[in-house]
Amino acid sequence: MGEAIVITSGKGGVGKTTTTANLGTGLAMRGHKVVLVDADIGLRNLDVVIGLENRIVYDIVDVVEGACKLKNALIKDKRTEGLYLLPAAQTRDKTAVSNEQMTKLVAELKEDFEYVLIDCPAGIEHGFKNSIIAADKAIVVTVPEVSAVRDADRIIGLLLANEVSYVKLIINRLRKDMIDAGNMLNIDDTLEILSVDLLGIVPEDTEIIRSSNIGEPVVIKGDTPSGIAYRNIVARILGEDVPLMELKKEPKGFFASIKKLFSRK
Amino acid sequence: MGTWASFIQKLMGKNQTKDVAKERLKLVLFHDRTEIPPALVDVIKDEIIAVLDKYLDIDKEKMDVELTKLGEESRSSTSALVANIPVRGVKSTKKIQ
Repeated sequence: MGEAIVITSGKGGVGKTTTTANLGTGLAMRGHKVVLVDADIGLRNLDVVIGLENRIVYDIVDVVEGACKLKNALIKDKRTEGLYLLPAAQTRDKTAVSNEQMTKLVAELKEDFEYVLIDCPAGIEHGFKNSIIAADKAIVVTVPEVSAVRDADRIIGLLLANEVSYVKLIINRLRKDMIDAGNMLNIDDTLEILSVDLLGIVPEDTEIIRSSNIGEPVVIKGDTPSGIAYRNIVARILGEDVPLMELKKEPKGFFASIKKLFSRK
Repeated sequence: MGTWASFIQKLMGKNQTKDVAKERLKLVLFHDRTEIPPALVDVIKDEIIAVLDKYLDIDKEKMDVELTKLGEESRSSTSALVANIPVRGVKSTKKIQ
């Protein structure tokens, strides 16, 4: 019997989908059987971030409506052993899946998979409620900006009110230069404001956009700051005690670019 | 905090903005969590003053009325209205009787 973890944030654009893709891939790379559920019906994106968009035949709505069997809708990631995707429907809206259908679906997935990661849509409406209804744990993603932190607080409150008692935070897109200059909320500030446990931090990294361009999560190579960060978070999910990574300044300037150029294949 | 970066910023006369962000967030989240809008607190404050003012000579300059969380647990839903109002004396005892 596996566990269902919802990745949520309230605010859009803070990195829920990227986080889901990387944590799921990372868990599968560590030998676990993982399914990613894209609950963002109507605005599906997890498929492109993970590079499986061309292989979709059926989606989550087809499954709950009985148009196909669950196993027929699951897409196996050929790059990463043990990783599967249940895509969202693109032509429907959030109301296409009810709370009861979602609960039943997640229960079924938990029988076959060790980890069921649910990529929650932005907002606090039906799509959110649907994503958290069957979750055993929640990972809240935020970025160090007032709007995202405020929304994260609201989400944490709603999770606790809905009896999701395991709630942990990922602070995404931290920039050492801005923190040092006193122009970005640091880790302690954010934790103090939200009074929640930290699961991990992810530094701002241009590799994230490069990786979504090609549909390959950064955690696969794991040689960039964000890739290392996601590997650390995966280890913590697996119960390992990994110290927080040290934030480093993104190398800038001519020589840094040359060095970066040659370090790539 | 990086001393060099903050030192250079001070030299350039630029203010650090994260402390402002932190204070603003703390206040806005307090109101979000308690679901008591800031405007309501102001109304309550004015009415308390009006009542006290009827009977007592209070120092409005030095008074301090605010709604804060109760206890250390910032997610606790109980809040406390803390009022610190210096009283100079009694205005009139005519109204009692």
